[in-house]
Amino acid sequence: MSEMQSHSAILADKPQGWNRPAAIEPQNEGELLEVSMGPHHPSTHGVFRMDVALDGERVIRLKPVFGYLHRNHEKLAEGQSYLASMPYTDRLDYICPITNNWAYALAVEKLIGQEVPERAEYLRVILGELTRYQNHASSIGFLIQEMGASGTPLMYAFREREKILDLFEELTGARMMVNYMRFGGCRVDASPGWLDRTRKVVAGLSGFADEFDQLLKSNEILMARTQGVGVLRPELAVNAGVTGPMLRASGVNYDIRKVDGYGIYNRFNFRVPLGDHGDVYDRYMIRMLEMRESIEILNQALREIQPGPVMDPKAKIRGLRPKPGEAYGRIEAPKGELGFYLISDGGPNPYRYRVRPPSLINLTVLEDMCLGVNVADVVLIFGSVDIVLGEVDR
Amino acid sequence: MLGEGIIKGMVETAKNFFGSYFSAERLTTVEYPEQRIAPYEAARVFPFLVFDSKNHAGGTDWESGLRCVACQICEKECPPKCIFIEKSKDKKPDALGRLQFYPARFDIDISVCMSCQICVEVCPFEAIKMDTEFELSTEDRFGGLLLDRKQLAKSNQYYHQIHPAEATGVDAKLAAEKIKAHAKVKITDEAKTAAIAGAGA
Repeated sequence: MSEMQSHSAILADKPQGWNRPAAIEPQNEGELLEVSMGPHHPSTHGVFRMDVALDGERVIRLKPVFGYLHRNHEKLAEGQSYLASMPYTDRLDYICPITNNWAYALAVEKLIGQEVPERAEYLRVILGELTRYQNHASSIGFLIQEMGASGTPLMYAFREREKILDLFEELTGARMMVNYMRFGGCRVDASPGWLDRTRKVVAGLSGFADEFDQLLKSNEILMARTQGVGVLRPELAVNAGVTGPMLRASGVNYDIRKVDGYGIYNRFNFRVPLGDHGDVYDRYMIRMLEMRESIEILNQALREIQPGPVMDPKAKIRGLRPKPGEAYGRIEAPKGELGFYLISDGGPNPYRYRVRPPSLINLTVLEDMCLGVNVADVVLIFGSVDIVLGEVDR
Repeated sequence: MLGEGIIKGMVETAKNFFGSYFSAERLTTVEYPEQRIAPYEAARVFPFLVFDSKNHAGGTDWESGLRCVACQICEKECPPKCIFIEKSKDKKPDALGRLQFYPARFDIDISVCMSCQICVEVCPFEAIKMDTEFELSTEDRFGGLLLDRKQLAKSNQYYHQIHPAEATGVDAKLAAEKIKAHAKVKITDEAKTAAIAGAGA
């Protein structure tokens, strides 16, 4: 209960008017230097551009420009069947396709009132937490890469990610574009051998988290570069709709796995790590701690999973025609709240199909975090937001 | 002490570097064209059409053995619309002895295909499956990547080779369907003779 109270307390003391960030006055005389960072800057995780106005080294203005990877995802989905959008959701946040599948399946299941068998729920949790682990590991790797430690942490993270992607490939047939979930379950069942191999990989994951901690946690350069940089106040985070590790790093206790308890998450024991300062270091630490909590959930799920069907036998795969209505399915994706909003008019296609991408909405506070810092820190703050452009631009 | 964290990190790096000479677990890469990792059975790249080489028509060629009956469900369900099917004008008997259409033209543009395997899932005739061949580069960007039905046709033996467990299941399912269909034909034949006999009386 106290969790909810602290949450509402932050909501209540909000009104400072969040329109424009407080303007920063140039200190030096002379003209501002306008720099266009991107769209092919190696630190921008894809094609993203920032128009930065600099006074010496300090950032005076920052304007994010995105849309270079726009693929018309929402409109395409409105022109085709419900099933045909499923493989396209893999391509939103291509680092974690499983959770995208899950959120979309959840929205359609809500729309048509479809139940999901228990084993399928367990498989979803197992795959979802593996996805969270590998997303956080590689996003920390990217962050450290942007600090100038080129290669080593990222390669270690990718070495671990490869083991998880191998599991995905063995089960679903593809490393990244899995197209695994269906409305009413999952496409294929996991063999006992696959579950054993998953248990083996999961047993090794906490060793890797230790190794990563040893490698980075007390590194003086990392602390000097990240502590106190890019502070996001909790009030601003809540008002801007920021979710996921970024919100929790600012100290707001909000995890949709706890709030909604979608799927079977209320059966598992896990803690929600919270940060104190909301700086880049906290965001990094929150991700490390969430990786450990994911291992906890994985251990419980792999212990409790029972044999059974993975697909509701009454579920229809193709030719869905939901009754007119609307549904919003949301999950705690590794990057934040990922939601799919669907309106059906009774036809075979959705009338409206809307994605609420966590990356895009977390990116809206970028200017607030970057004002007044050195230009080298902009790259770091941007990296700590953890975005994937496939999801930002859609 | 300042610099302690950096030293700790360097120790970890050194462990990994020297460890890679002794432990295979730390050396995770292979040298691709010479060394290869065997693909998983579930691996999927692009679709192909299955034909039975010892088929009902007695033929052994790919054309008479194609399982596809040009129902065009995959064409309709394909998300990026990369399948193009032209239905035949005439009909030929299929494996169950029923007269069916066949694809006069069946093209898949693999430069558009996104390997989602929805065509495989929706096919009621087990006629289209996923291949595991991935070294498909060609100099002709348009013609070379537009596969026609001859290029797509692969035998059931090949399917067994790349997806053994799955193919065995499919064969069992088709055999069961065949038995069921034969039983049905027998019943209808008997019913017909009975009806004729009844009419005669």
